[in-house]
Amino acid sequence: MGATRGTGAAGPLRFRQKAPAQEGASSGISRRGAILLGAQLLVAGTLAWRMRQLQIVETEHYRLLAEENRINLRLIAPARAEIFDRNGVPLAENRQNYRVVMVREQAGDPEEMLQRLARIIDIPEHQMRRILKEFSAKPAFVPVPIADFLDWRGFAAVNANAPALPGVLPEVGLSRHYPHGPYTAHVVGYVGRVTERDLQDPDDQDPILQVPEFQIGKDGLERAAERELRGSAGTRRIEVNAVGRVIREIDRVEGAAGKDLQLTLGLDLQRFCHERLGNESAAAVLMDVTSGDLLALASNPTFEPNLFVQGISQTDYGALTQNDHRPLHNKWASGMYPPGSTFKMVVALAALEAGVIRPGDRVFCNGGYQLGDRRFHCWRRGGHGHVDMRESLEQSCDVYYYEVAKRVGIDRIAEMARRLGLGTEHELPSPAIKGGLIPTRDWKRASKKQGWQVGDTLNSGIGQGFVLATPLQLAVMTARIATGRAVAPRLIRARDGVPLPVPEAPPLGLTEAQLQVVREGMHAVMNSRRGTAWRSRIVDDAALVAGKTGTSQVRNITAAERARGVFRNEDLPWNRRDHALFVAYAPSDRPKYAISVIVEHGGGGSAAAAPVARDILMRALYGAEPPLSAYPADQRPERPAPAEPPAAPAEGGAQVPT
Amino acid sequence: MMPLAEARAVRRAERPGLLARLLRLDWALVLLLGAIASVGFLMLYSVAGGKLDPWSARQMTRFGAGLVIMLIVALIDIRFWKWASPFAYLVALALLVAVEVAGETGMGATRWIDLGPIQLQPSELMKIAIVLVLARYYTWLSRDLTSHPLWLIPPLLLILVPMVLVLKQPDLGTALLIAMSGAVVMFLAGVSIWYFGAAAAAAGGVVWAVMASRGTDWQLLKDYQYRRILTFLDPEQDPLGAGYHITQSKIAMGSGGFSGRGFMQGTQSRLNFLPEKHTDFIFTTLSEEFGFVGSASLLGLYVLVIVFCFVSMARNRDRFGALITGGLAATFFFFWAINMAMVMGLVPVVGVPLPLVSYGGSAMLVLMIAFGLIQSAHVHRK
Repeated sequence: MGATRGTGAAGPLRFRQKAPAQEGASSGISRRGAILLGAQLLVAGTLAWRMRQLQIVETEHYRLLAEENRINLRLIAPARAEIFDRNGVPLAENRQNYRVVMVREQAGDPEEMLQRLARIIDIPEHQMRRILKEFSAKPAFVPVPIADFLDWRGFAAVNANAPALPGVLPEVGLSRHYPHGPYTAHVVGYVGRVTERDLQDPDDQDPILQVPEFQIGKDGLERAAERELRGSAGTRRIEVNAVGRVIREIDRVEGAAGKDLQLTLGLDLQRFCHERLGNESAAAVLMDVTSGDLLALASNPTFEPNLFVQGISQTDYGALTQNDHRPLHNKWASGMYPPGSTFKMVVALAALEAGVIRPGDRVFCNGGYQLGDRRFHCWRRGGHGHVDMRESLEQSCDVYYYEVAKRVGIDRIAEMARRLGLGTEHELPSPAIKGGLIPTRDWKRASKKQGWQVGDTLNSGIGQGFVLATPLQLAVMTARIATGRAVAPRLIRARDGVPLPVPEAPPLGLTEAQLQVVREGMHAVMNSRRGTAWRSRIVDDAALVAGKTGTSQVRNITAAERARGVFRNEDLPWNRRDHALFVAYAPSDRPKYAISVIVEHGGGGSAAAAPVARDILMRALYGAEPPLSAYPADQRPERPAPAEPPAAPAEGGAQVPT
Repeated sequence: MMPLAEARAVRRAERPGLLARLLRLDWALVLLLGAIASVGFLMLYSVAGGKLDPWSARQMTRFGAGLVIMLIVALIDIRFWKWASPFAYLVALALLVAVEVAGETGMGATRWIDLGPIQLQPSELMKIAIVLVLARYYTWLSRDLTSHPLWLIPPLLLILVPMVLVLKQPDLGTALLIAMSGAVVMFLAGVSIWYFGAAAAAAGGVVWAVMASRGTDWQLLKDYQYRRILTFLDPEQDPLGAGYHITQSKIAMGSGGFSGRGFMQGTQSRLNFLPEKHTDFIFTTLSEEFGFVGSASLLGLYVLVIVFCFVSMARNRDRFGALITGGLAATFFFFWAINMAMVMGLVPVVGVPLPLVSYGGSAMLVLMIAFGLIQSAHVHRK
């Protein structure tokens, strides 16, 4: 088309001029007109030449293609890579799936063919409509799925009747299966059908997505590592005759399979975490402190990912979304909770580094802290008396941290929090990872349009107020305190059987003496009679635990409630109770494991979270049958199933003034 | 009073009567159009599997109605059309804007306006209106000023405004057609050849800059946009998508050979390879069933139409009449040349029907109005 104008503009000057004699309006036009006509005739000539080339010169070639053979290009879907746990147990595998597809251009009358097929296998009415819709929407050569997950009898019946069903192709496909579905649902995720929206993603225009029944990752690792797992499609050009029978394969380009992934996760620990968490809405993260390997990542309650692979029913999906414990929500990655007293190590380390307090300096706690006309309460109303830093951790004194936080200031607290892995998104192949929130002056000005108050610093000092952390971040923080190095969490252990190198974690820049104070405090939490988690200790000198409890409020306590003195958690509706938190590492003297446990609305950290963490650590340290002697004398279970310890006194309650 | 009445009387005397005007019609051209439309009826009958329904019969009715409209337009004095030109343009422009607004208020990406029996695409009307308004402009403009840079601005604006509106629909094919039709009228009116050279060079320069910037830091488009452009230019790169139609279209044409497989004997067209077999790709069916003889004959008919129009133009001393004859004939030429080049794989696939043959009411109506105008210029020529 552009050629027309181009020709007209290129050679006009030398074009044979008509008799220039004629005067008047038309003479100019007819000269230009002649040029234009000439250009148009040239184009017509080109078209005629092309017709001759197609229809006379090359006609034999095309007639051959048309008459006997048609070339079909088929994509060969690569096998999706499999996912294993750290011991090689498959977590995501491919199973054979018997199915039937139909190619419209080979079926003659597709509706007639569907009717015939419906006499052999069951095709529900809504499937019929879906199939006919796909027929009219897709090119004639694209196979459209008719029935999926057929049993062997139905599949055999279709095969036996194949001669009467041109265009109907029985196929054995691969379908994703998760053998330990619910235990790994939040980590591994699941695959599902390619949707219209997936097709429009400009960054992923892989033609393999057009293949019917092709499945791509929708959640978890399946989604985050989609490209690695998918591999690349192969192609196969085949010659078929007029009724679609394959005559020969012309060529074949094999695709590349995806890369098998081995996770750092141990299925046994993972399963134990879920079973130990029972019906609670909770999360647990177990991590190797030196390598950063995530050994267990539990978000409870969980769901059955295999339901999603075959297309989940409305009823099942409704049940999942309406459950107030939110099974679909990945709590270890994107659950953000006020860390409560587990944040006190951050404040302590910031204070030590800034030199605003010495480990032995004492702060007097009389049960509250007066700031102007506001009173900030300690969880123990009678007060703790004179406490030093170790004791402040051991007994989780709030007043000590109000005072210390005020001295350090929010800037240095925030800096230390980031160094310990809070407030940042850790790089893991999971689409759910959240960054939590470590408040700063700038953040508050930008998002709340308010200046930073000293009261905000005090609240932050006990992990309340604006501070938010995920269970993953808390586990990383604990591992970093235990090792003094900036350990990074990792989920992938090996790719295609090749172990990934463990990067050496850089030092945090804290002195051993500073860290030792905090570690001793955490040790006392578990192993001193006055410690808040004394009841959840492990009685084995080789496996002592160092930890910290936390209880974070989800609501404000009103002055009226405080006056009445009744705000016992058990008296409140479930969704207004406090969150229970616990972080720990073990063994205390040469750390190997770090753990964080959060039980949503579980009450006090020492009562609801610490026993769970202790049992998980025991499983990791001793295996399936921990020695009874490792339990405190009054808590030894009859059988390995751990007993629930009696409720400990309420602890660490961060109390925000009303 | 007297001179005016006298002038009117003189004018009335100058104007030939109805019968005389009927006789002055270019009947050979009417016959040619009938022949081309008949090829369309035949092919629509064939692709429907030897049935008049659903396409052939309705196409005949439309052509009949089109003929009547053409006659009415032809018998109205060319001076009326000259007077009406700017209004036609404004109406077409208003409709384009209306479609744009309606499309944005949630009616979907519609390009259509419903006129009861037929739906009209304002962009189709614009193809005629742009020729009319530019012809009017260059009739009014002193010929000395034709190539004056300042006087180039109004016609360029007249072309650009509807072009942008159509591009927003988005319909690249029609936007280019409007631009080329406008350019043809400017060329015929005598705008200096150098401007066209400069415009072509500038367009080439922009395309070059866009393509050359790929992969550099100052890349002008996103990566996926480049991929789309490349598939558009070379559909064979995407054999399962855009390339599929072209491959199948070439197989159908090529297998027709010299004399074709015979009426209603085409296997390719009947095997539902092409979803557009009764509209944009109808030429494929003709080529398969009647071979080189058939396709070259249709090409010959189209060329004859163009030649007839140019002869009429050359003989016409009325500048407005000559300009619209040339401009509208060129529009007609663009239709069939682009469509044929497209199905033969010479240019990328754009949605342009084969004029008078492809099934469709809107294009048929617009073409018949265009030929009515050409006839009006012919009948009322000086």
